Amino acid sequence: MTNQPVIEIKGLKKSFGNVAVLKGIDLKVSAGEVVAIIGSSGSGKSTMLRCINLLETPTEGQILWHGKNVQTEIDSLSKYRASVGMVFQQFNLYANLTVLQNCTLPQIKVLGRSKAEAERIAKDYLDRVGMLPYQNARPAQISGGQKQRVAIARALSMNPEVLLFDEPTSALDPEMVGEVLAVMKTLAQEGMTMLVVTHEMAFARDVSSRVVYMNQGVVCEEGTPAEVFGNPQKQETKDFLARFLNA
Amino acid sequence: MIEFFADAYKLLTEHYEFLLRGVGYTMLIALVGTVAGLLIGLATGVLRTCPLSHNLFIRILQRVFNAIITAYVEIFRGTPMMVQAMVIYWGYAFASGGQTLPLIPSGILIVSINTGAYMAEIVRGGIMSIDNGQFEGAAAVGMTHWQTMIHIILPQVLRNILPSVANEFVINIKDTSVLNVIGVTELYYFADVVKRQSFQTFQTYLVVCVIYFILTFSVTRILRLLEKKLQITDSFVICGSQSDPNAEIRITKQPEVPND
Repeated sequence: MTNQPVIEIKGLKKSFGNVAVLKGIDLKVSAGEVVAIIGSSGSGKSTMLRCINLLETPTEGQILWHGKNVQTEIDSLSKYRASVGMVFQQFNLYANLTVLQNCTLPQIKVLGRSKAEAERIAKDYLDRVGMLPYQNARPAQISGGQKQRVAIARALSMNPEVLLFDEPTSALDPEMVGEVLAVMKTLAQEGMTMLVVTHEMAFARDVSSRVVYMNQGVVCEEGTPAEVFGNPQKQETKDFLARFLNA
Repeated sequence: MIEFFADAYKLLTEHYEFLLRGVGYTMLIALVGTVAGLLIGLATGVLRTCPLSHNLFIRILQRVFNAIITAYVEIFRGTPMMVQAMVIYWGYAFASGGQTLPLIPSGILIVSINTGAYMAEIVRGGIMSIDNGQFEGAAAVGMTHWQTMIHIILPQVLRNILPSVANEFVINIKDTSVLNVIGVTELYYFADVVKRQSFQTFQTYLVVCVIYFILTFSVTRILRLLEKKLQITDSFVICGSQSDPNAEIRITKQPEVPND
């Protein structure tokens, strides 16, 4: 691997009307890194993540994918999005399709794989997240934790280089959080490059290789989990962590 | 009273051929018109929800297209179908110097265009009712607007708008009667014929009224069955075990009765 970051965010700004949500973000993510993005609600974490795969159009600044500006220099937005998987807070499984079809349709339509190959790959990943027995169920028929595991299998079936997680456990009952985090932890250990927006401090501390604390639309502090959690430099970080640890 | 039933019976037996042909054409025009209208509605729905392109030329084209669709919807919803029938049929005759379109295809064309205007709004509402997450879930894996619509959004929209589509179908069965102004040989046209031959105005129209009701009622019942079949979020029970990967997982609509 070269030293060039997989994703580089340069001076990213995003406003919704008059409201500036991101006020200049710079971030580099290298292959194999697991970056946990923490911060209060409204600090712009999700917006930043959504700017990376252009679900939101940046107002200013650049997103570089292997050094290429994703808005101007890449050949195909579809191919780019296929190589950057995303897992949503609300799962966003296709409601009209079965669990297996959820994982095969994007492969067939976007990557042009044959149905047989797509099913083989999808079943492999569904098995790894423990959802293979439910392959013929519809999303409405499985629990939240199960939906999120299917969503992860769907993202993995595209063989992405990077996975973006947008608060993957925030919509889950407490008892289901564990099963999803366990899957994510395994992925992290296998060397998947991941950006995880999360309120799960234990995950950020134990699994991530880097922690980014965002506050009011800027990166307030970043470092290894030991640095950010053990010895925060900024007062805002200290306050945030104190609020979280006491809560 | 008995006299009336005798008259009605006589009407039916003497003129059943006319009435049956009328029923046939009415149903043909209503069915094809509704399906074609639905297709128009789906097409406009896909076009209108397409995100604006970054290419200036395509963007202008999209805006022009959207304006045309809006004009189409407003004009055809805002004028009576009877008048539309006259304008289109005689408009063609005027433009072609006296030639007229064949009647049944004209009827189908008029009903299709008229229904399409309503369907465009029904489909638009259907698309708006789909959770934005469905679009994002598709966009995030790289699917195009077209792929997203065909494989994910429209199947859900169709299921949701089925009651409204059934409604349009029923309306069309009744409203084909206005096509008699251009001489389309649907049920009402033949009712007129039967009336003139039998001189029994009230009896004729009451019989035709009953026939219309039988048609619409049958259609609503059939479509209700179809709706039930498409319902997938009924109550369900998952039988199996998550901890045992070899356990067979079954999803049933009814709770399974345990073995004795």
